[in-house]
Amino acid sequence: MSTRAIGDVILDLQNISLRFGGVKALTDISFDVREHEIRAIIGPNGAGKSSMLNVINGVYRPQEGNIVFRGEKRHNMEPHKAAEAGFARTFQNIALFKGMSVLDNLMTGRNLKMRSNFLLQALWWGPARREELEHRRKVEEVIDFLEIEHIRKTPVGRLPYGLQKRVELGRALAAEPSILLLDEPMAGMNVEEKQDMCRFILDVNDQFGTTIILIEHDMGVVMDISDRVVVLDYGRKIGDGAPDEVKNNPDVIAAYLGTQH
Amino acid sequence: MQFFIEVTIGGLLSGVMYSLVALGFVLIYKASGVFNFAQGAMVYFAALCVVGCVDKGAPLWLAVILAFIIMVLFGIATEKFVLRKLVNQPPITLFMATIGLAFFIEGAAPILWGDTVRPVDLGIVDDPIAAIMDSTGMLISTFDLAAAGIAALLVAVLALFFQKTKIGRALRAVADDHQAALSIGIPLQHIWAIVWSVAGFVALVAGLLWGARNGVQFALTFTALKALPVLILGGFTSVPGAIVGGLIIGASEKLAEIYIPPVLAGWFGGNFGGIEGWFPYVMALLFLLVRPEGLFGERHIDRV
Amino acid sequence: MFYREAGQFKSSYAADQQIFPIRQDRIGIAAILIAAFVAVPLFGNEYWFVAILIPFLIFALAALGLNILTGYAGQLSLGAAAFMAVGAYAAYNFQLRVDGIPILVSFICAGLTAAAVGIVFGLPSLRIKGFYLAVATLAAQFFIVWCLTKFPWLSNNSSSGVISAQRIIIFGHEFESAREKYLLVLCIVVLMAMMAKNMARSSIGRAWMAVRDMDVAAEVVGIRLMHTKLLAFAVSSFYCGVAGALYAFCYLGSVEPDGFSLDLSFKILFMIIVGGVGTILGSFLGAAFILLLPIFLNVTLPWIAELLHLPINGATVSHIETMVFGALIMFFLIIEPHGLARLWQIGKEKLRLWPFPH
Ligand SMILES: Nc1ncnc2c1ncn2[C@@H]1O[C@H](COP(=O)(O)OP(=O)(O)OP(=O)(O)O)[C@@H](O)[C@H]1O
Ligand SMILES: [Mg+2]
Repeated sequence: MSTRAIGDVILDLQNISLRFGGVKALTDISFDVREHEIRAIIGPNGAGKSSMLNVINGVYRPQEGNIVFRGEKRHNMEPHKAAEAGFARTFQNIALFKGMSVLDNLMTGRNLKMRSNFLLQALWWGPARREELEHRRKVEEVIDFLEIEHIRKTPVGRLPYGLQKRVELGRALAAEPSILLLDEPMAGMNVEEKQDMCRFILDVNDQFGTTIILIEHDMGVVMDISDRVVVLDYGRKIGDGAPDEVKNNPDVIAAYLGTQH
Repeated sequence: MQFFIEVTIGGLLSGVMYSLVALGFVLIYKASGVFNFAQGAMVYFAALCVVGCVDKGAPLWLAVILAFIIMVLFGIATEKFVLRKLVNQPPITLFMATIGLAFFIEGAAPILWGDTVRPVDLGIVDDPIAAIMDSTGMLISTFDLAAAGIAALLVAVLALFFQKTKIGRALRAVADDHQAALSIGIPLQHIWAIVWSVAGFVALVAGLLWGARNGVQFALTFTALKALPVLILGGFTSVPGAIVGGLIIGASEKLAEIYIPPVLAGWFGGNFGGIEGWFPYVMALLFLLVRPEGLFGERHIDRV
Repeated sequence: MFYREAGQFKSSYAADQQIFPIRQDRIGIAAILIAAFVAVPLFGNEYWFVAILIPFLIFALAALGLNILTGYAGQLSLGAAAFMAVGAYAAYNFQLRVDGIPILVSFICAGLTAAAVGIVFGLPSLRIKGFYLAVATLAAQFFIVWCLTKFPWLSNNSSSGVISAQRIIIFGHEFESAREKYLLVLCIVVLMAMMAKNMARSSIGRAWMAVRDMDVAAEVVGIRLMHTKLLAFAVSSFYCGVAGALYAFCYLGSVEPDGFSLDLSFKILFMIIVGGVGTILGSFLGAAFILLLPIFLNVTLPWIAELLHLPINGATVSHIETMVFGALIMFFLIIEPHGLARLWQIGKEKLRLWPFPH
């Protein structure tokens, strides 16, 4: 359990419903997220967890519901507006830019903050060049933090799975987000890699005060690191609260006993 | 008005040809996700095989059978030497490979069979149908009508093949879900080879009909280009879409060719023929802006 | 042993971000530039300039343009030649209709005109991807060539749209000989290649590649798809437009719309596939390869045919050429999808270890 002070609600999801054709991915879901907390979303396969994250940063548009972010209410987010507002994320199936090096992938995380126009860049002129260096420095901090100095120049496609996941986290961190969305950051990792990843997540939360919304299947991890947990099943919310509360919720137990993992 | 109808019907009938080429595209795209730019070259190649065999003295029926065998071998070779080596590559790479394949065929075919323009004689006359001309005064060609009939027959045969045979069902399964198809127990490679052979057969029929009409010549390969807007209208995965799209493109390009140039000439002066060359593309583009998924396609949201 | 970066430690990020971070590369590039600017003009002859060097540079520029759009930004285009046509006709019209406009300004305006047209045909890319987009660029290919043929104003009422490029006069000096034209083209191409390289290693280049590799993720990190794609169309068309202007003014002298056919577009596409999709160097290697191959075949095929006592005529040679092009494309896509540029890089890596392979 980390010790930083949890703040007010900054993100409030109200009655979100999302359908794909006939499939109801999410039905009338409401929950909130407080500043600086680690909020977990759990549930069996196909419960709608990833869809929920996609709604939060605008990749999917829900048919019904509202999203209130820092007091501002809207029907849905737009991905790049969400990025401007300080959201960054990783994906369940790694979505790195495969043709680019680790460094370049991380640098894209800073694209939003780069201001010089393409003509200056084409000429590699003063401001463009300075800007490039300045952001390179920031990215190197992230590289140090994640301990990936040795693969800086490697094309990401050539990295093993665990490292790719770490680089994807790096790309999100490079943007210095205020809210970080992580879709199964530890899936498919061995115990050691999981421990590393846990440490990074806790450190980010602790050192930068980043609010984290996290999907994870490993119950041990979830119980250890999260402050509050939402449980989804078949697109409905069946539990919400502190890890201990949720663990003892009969609906949650039933949902988990009813499915195998 | 009568002229309008006549142009429309003429356009629809030539649209049948586009449908046939588009059908070959759809079959391959559905089963393997490959956008086969070489379909037009295959039409040319198949037709050349037939006239080539006829030139060597084979009767037409034998030439057609030989051509079909060649197309099957070609399908197998394509799978073995090109597609198999490119599995898991992005679709754009496969697409570019089929552009290469198209060039390869376009270069190889005339070396094998000669490059003079030759007609195919299917024994169907290209005269107006007397009964229709007498009753309505419209000129509708027997040949066009027969071609439409053959195309319809082909579609029916394909539909039966997909519904009733084991291989056909397997092909449909691959189109829906590659994993599912594997569980049927037919290797993916075989399925691809089969579907390329079927597409080769469709190309053969299209090549015979076009060749009988305009002679077997290099220009046949351009039909493939016309099939692209057809696919956009109909959607890449829909057989009915290919048919309807072909008819729409065929009719509208003929109508545009007749009715738009005089209007332009009225505005700017001069001669504005040749609109056919680009009209289908621009129409398809405008259509895309309204319905990116095509007439019969389903809207799809990328999963992440 | 000679190609080594060992011992060249970078003490700052600035040093690491130089355009050519490895010293031997810098020396190599300098040597090539000196050769191109000094040795070739001194010793080259007319045939080399007209038949090989000038078209090579111009096609490399066009390939660079297509590579920006297709290789970097991942938007497949089958209409590169049409944007060259826009550039050629625009430059002609600027020279013709604007009194006293310097030729270089005409070239820039030609590029800008092509860029504007490129943006219009790039608009569909906001809604469609992949093959669908290929059809949009085919629309550009056919529509533009048709317009140039049918609107007499664009070719100053010449028959079937043929235009003859005006004389090239810069600061009172007329560029008349092939050598002078070569130098002019070389300056423009080198400058634009440097700019392309700079864009590729800046945030705009990363945005293009991000959109190419994973558009959803690109949007999520805050890259605006519309802006990024349209800029790729604009910059790419600018490059093709300038290449088209040079094609008319410095290479052929007079051009007709049909010269900018779909075949030419494919040729440029082949250049980037063979050279290397998404590399600056590849555009040059690919252009050289695709340009030299027919010359090579024209010389060797009759010779081989004679050796084997086979009859061969011009048509057969051109069929074989088509076939070889097709086979090469498939070959490269299968064996080395990153093209000659990657082979070059692998060669360099081998050289780095040489003579101690382990
Ligand atoms: N883009 C999409 N198009 C169609 N259906 C989708 C799409 N995305 C998700 N779905 C459907 O919505 C439902 C919820 O999927 P989601 O990916 O959100 O589940 P999940 O909880 O993340 O599952 P998992 O643990 O397997 O990752 C599923 O039935 C899925 O098939
Ligand atoms: Mg999920």
